[in-house]
Amino acid sequence: MLTTGANNSSDAAQGVMLNDHQFLLELREKMLRFTILQLSDRVLAEDVVQEALVGALKNAGSFSAKAALKTWVFAILKNKIADALRQRQRLIAVEQPTDDEADEGEFSDLFNGFGVWRGPAHPIAWGSPEKSMEDAHFWRTFEACMEHLPAQLAKIFMMREFIELTTPEICAELALSETSVHVSLYRARVRLRECLENNWFERGKSCAKLS
Amino acid sequence: MLNCRKATRLLSDRLDRPLTLKENVHLKIHLLWCSGCRNFGGHMHRMRNISRGFVDFGADDTTPDGGE
Ligand SMILES: [Zn+2]
Repeated sequence: MLTTGANNSSDAAQGVMLNDHQFLLELREKMLRFTILQLSDRVLAEDVVQEALVGALKNAGSFSAKAALKTWVFAILKNKIADALRQRQRLIAVEQPTDDEADEGEFSDLFNGFGVWRGPAHPIAWGSPEKSMEDAHFWRTFEACMEHLPAQLAKIFMMREFIELTTPEICAELALSETSVHVSLYRARVRLRECLENNWFERGKSCAKLS
Repeated sequence: MLNCRKATRLLSDRLDRPLTLKENVHLKIHLLWCSGCRNFGGHMHRMRNISRGFVDFGADDTTPDGGE
């Protein structure tokens, strides 16, 4: 029968994927790094990853390609991370960032007294970031830059850009005003941009291959 | 007039909310003159792609196996 045939082939695919120990190990490692970056708590991250893996691999048979399975696993993982953040939020008070008008002196290393780019801080044209994205060294730089951000900025940035929550959703989660969230995202992006430029895109100009 | 500090704030904000007409006009005019902020604006979009790509590509190759 048709249905039986479909089941058989999906079982087979599931078997292949689940028996690929190396693939599962790498997937787990990648999920862990992604989660630790956001929760900064290894024990909690292990739990979250395990839960997401159990949930996702039950349906591994629906995927014949590893890439599709990975996308699916990470979609589940993002939800689990959002849940974990939500639960922890009740325990940790979030600082309200100082508001818009108060930050005229902010980033004085980047802007002069008129609010104009200082020479060395002037953003340069980046090479092809799309190409960088295939380079493991680039991702190590990216993670290092994320880790350099103040914890709360990093957290808000990751909620927005990794978990893809909207600004109103983040406001609700963290009990922050919309302006505070916008300010935090701005600060995170400015610092992350600067870090990527100084440690990757600018360096790439002079010595493309640092080993 | 918009300075670079305020222009960069709008270039970040526009990833999260629609700008008002007035903000948009001021920003567009600033960008005509300022290559630094033009670059910054491009980087904002690229950083969004990079962040999304982090899930798909990032750490794919965590174990340098010395191949090639
Ligand atoms: Zn400018």
